[in-house]
Amino acid sequence: MVESRGSAVVEEMELVHPKTFLGKYIWSQDAKVIAIQYGLTATAIGLVALVLSILIRLQLGFPGTFSLIDPSSYLQYVTMHGMIMVVYLLTAFLLGAFGNYLIPLMVGARDMAFPFLNMLSYWFYLASVLILVASFFVPGGPSGGGWTLYPPQVISAGTPGAGGGIVLMLVSLVVFIAGFTMGGLNYVVTVLQARTRGMTLMRLPLTVWGIFMATALALLAFPALLVAVLMLLCDLLLGSSFFMPEMLNLGEPSGHEGGSPLLYQHLFWFFGHPEVYIVALPAFGIVSDVLACHARKNIFGYRMMVWALILIGVLSFVVWAHHMFVSGMNPYFGFLFATTTLVIAVPTAIKVYNWVLTLWRGNIRLTVPMLFAIGFLFTFVNGGLSGLFLGNVTVDVPLSDTYFVVGHFHMVMAVAPVLVIFAGLYHWYPKVSGRMFHQGMAKWHFWLTFLGTYLVYFPMHFMGFAGVPRRYYAYGESAFISESVITMNLVITLAALVVASAQLLFLFNMAWSLRHGEKADSNPWGATTLEWQTPHTPPRHGNFGDQLPVVYRWAYDYSVPGAAQDFLPQNLPPEAVSRAEGGEASS
Amino acid sequence: MILSLALVTLLMALFGGWLFRHSWGARPWEAQAAGQSPHRQAPPGATSARVGLGVILAVATSLFALTVSAYLMRLEQGSDWRPLSMPGLLWGNTLLLVAASLALQRAWRAARAEKPAALRTGLAWGGGLSLAFLTGQGLAWWQLTAAGATLQASPAGSFFYLLTLLHGLHLIGGLVAWWRAWRRLGRGGDITAGVELCALYWHYLLVVWGVLFALLLMT
Repeated sequence: MVESRGSAVVEEMELVHPKTFLGKYIWSQDAKVIAIQYGLTATAIGLVALVLSILIRLQLGFPGTFSLIDPSSYLQYVTMHGMIMVVYLLTAFLLGAFGNYLIPLMVGARDMAFPFLNMLSYWFYLASVLILVASFFVPGGPSGGGWTLYPPQVISAGTPGAGGGIVLMLVSLVVFIAGFTMGGLNYVVTVLQARTRGMTLMRLPLTVWGIFMATALALLAFPALLVAVLMLLCDLLLGSSFFMPEMLNLGEPSGHEGGSPLLYQHLFWFFGHPEVYIVALPAFGIVSDVLACHARKNIFGYRMMVWALILIGVLSFVVWAHHMFVSGMNPYFGFLFATTTLVIAVPTAIKVYNWVLTLWRGNIRLTVPMLFAIGFLFTFVNGGLSGLFLGNVTVDVPLSDTYFVVGHFHMVMAVAPVLVIFAGLYHWYPKVSGRMFHQGMAKWHFWLTFLGTYLVYFPMHFMGFAGVPRRYYAYGESAFISESVITMNLVITLAALVVASAQLLFLFNMAWSLRHGEKADSNPWGATTLEWQTPHTPPRHGNFGDQLPVVYRWAYDYSVPGAAQDFLPQNLPPEAVSRAEGGEASS
Repeated sequence: MILSLALVTLLMALFGGWLFRHSWGARPWEAQAAGQSPHRQAPPGATSARVGLGVILAVATSLFALTVSAYLMRLEQGSDWRPLSMPGLLWGNTLLLVAASLALQRAWRAARAEKPAALRTGLAWGGGLSLAFLTGQGLAWWQLTAAGATLQASPAGSFFYLLTLLHGLHLIGGLVAWWRAWRRLGRGGDITAGVELCALYWHYLLVVWGVLFALLLMT
């Protein structure tokens, strides 16, 4: 797509320049197109999960009113909602969409290090999504064994979807992991190898740091899920006994002997806990850049932010068993993992303090991305604090499997990262599309989403204290469920409906603004990072025209005294700065 | 789990340590001094392909370490563990893999010394011996199945099939890279970089096989 292929383009990297529509937009090897493909696919499957969550809420708010929702389908909705949101939406969106779009642009590269592999990564992802969707249509429907897919239940007869549904789910995960590994390889190698001149590691924007560390985690953690899934498939299809103990199921012997369900839990959570940070770290990075840019202030403690990311990454591998406090493992293990869990709160708290200190005495502009970023701070702190409760064994045991846990993890790893995804989408929308989004609709979207999700998840903590168990289809005549819980469930369902419709408003805004939005100039927020300094908006294939940018400074030179525009782009040479400041500054 | 925990933490710690070392003395808030031209920050000799191979090896290490951990945990927790008698053929297969690794090493050396004939011979032997290894592994599967040690029969057997399958799939992945290098050689291209990556990958898979085989023999 670059018309003038200057010598620079050829020297640095050979780009594939297809001529046909299919080559440009479908079988594209341009990271930006792949990013949009990732984003659209993740949004589509995310909408499916959103609908599932509404079905779940309808049953809880109006028990037994809808004949569509029976106990089995309720469990299937819960399972598929969880799996889709965690793996196929959040992971794919934050790494696949933001990673592909931003890494090459922010480090000053033409494209990813291995563009063909990058394209393959997307097609694997699409295949995994289609396989997952197919499981809705097989006899017996999708799996209903919970998103953690614990054996023996998930593959035993009697569990919804224990036939074709679970097979397709497991195969889909294998394909997803294969695709992700190709993408992840690209992200890591591109950040390490393809940075432009002057872009030292410590001049990288925090967005890139976050995505980079998350990818490193994912590359080491996904193999655990892969092994677990392969072994589960063997148990299911080939009759081995890795996880399946000897047991009677519906009065029949299962035909397995000696397998260890606990082994599965260890493998699953060895992946599952880093997965939380695979989602959180890119969000941390993006929110840092959005806060700094819209508060016109350098990020407080850049080095500390980087070290905190690294430390969280390393520590996230030694906390997994805090998901298993009630699984019957050795209690000394529980003590050990409670300790590491509380230790990981330290670097996380450092990040929160630094975000708040970045805002302190900043020149805050309450733009839409900024609103979402500040919303993230509230939600994340709230969800993080309830995590401290659950990290302690003695507190966790009574709260385990109650709505407190549902409230906690939705706050901290569902709503918080989603708010950052919105912050990022609004922040980069003018660059990606060349148009501004509609401000009014976007602000409505923010307030409805932010306040609405609070109304949905905050009361769940109290329901947890009241002992309301999660995953139940209906509570029936249980004496310990008080009347107020039933009323609360109704309120939560109504709030959830409002939040869901707000997301339709968001989608409409994105689509409408593509044609009707104001034309955006190349750097509407006055940001310093390289993606805003491209010669074209939206950037064309090859990103930077004929000459790659050269980087002279970090990404946080905001509100610089004497600067012509109050900020200094990363590629502004020092000579140009002193000229702009006038004679006395340059001496 | 302790084993994979140690290994993965070691990998993360090495990586984190490397990042710390690069960032410790940095003063990111300072701009480049005027008149000083910024340069690219990358260690000499680190090409994208080499770094990429490093990443792949880290992922594979995590995968194999976790599978071995699962093996050891299952061994410890299950009450039904019966040792599996290994077919003697596996010793022969091990020799084949050693020879394949050596042949690729020679091919790499020949490529650096620009000896096309030796390169061609080394590369051909490397691929051929690897195929022979895979065939041998298939035979071992057949022998075991014929002797009644099927995937379902015992957990030791299940793990034997799983571990050899994972290792074999990685070798097949390597053979794809080998095949690309071989075709490129046929067209007269320079394949030094490709042969180097193949040789390193084969050495790695040899070490992995050594660990897996020792583990299977000992338990």
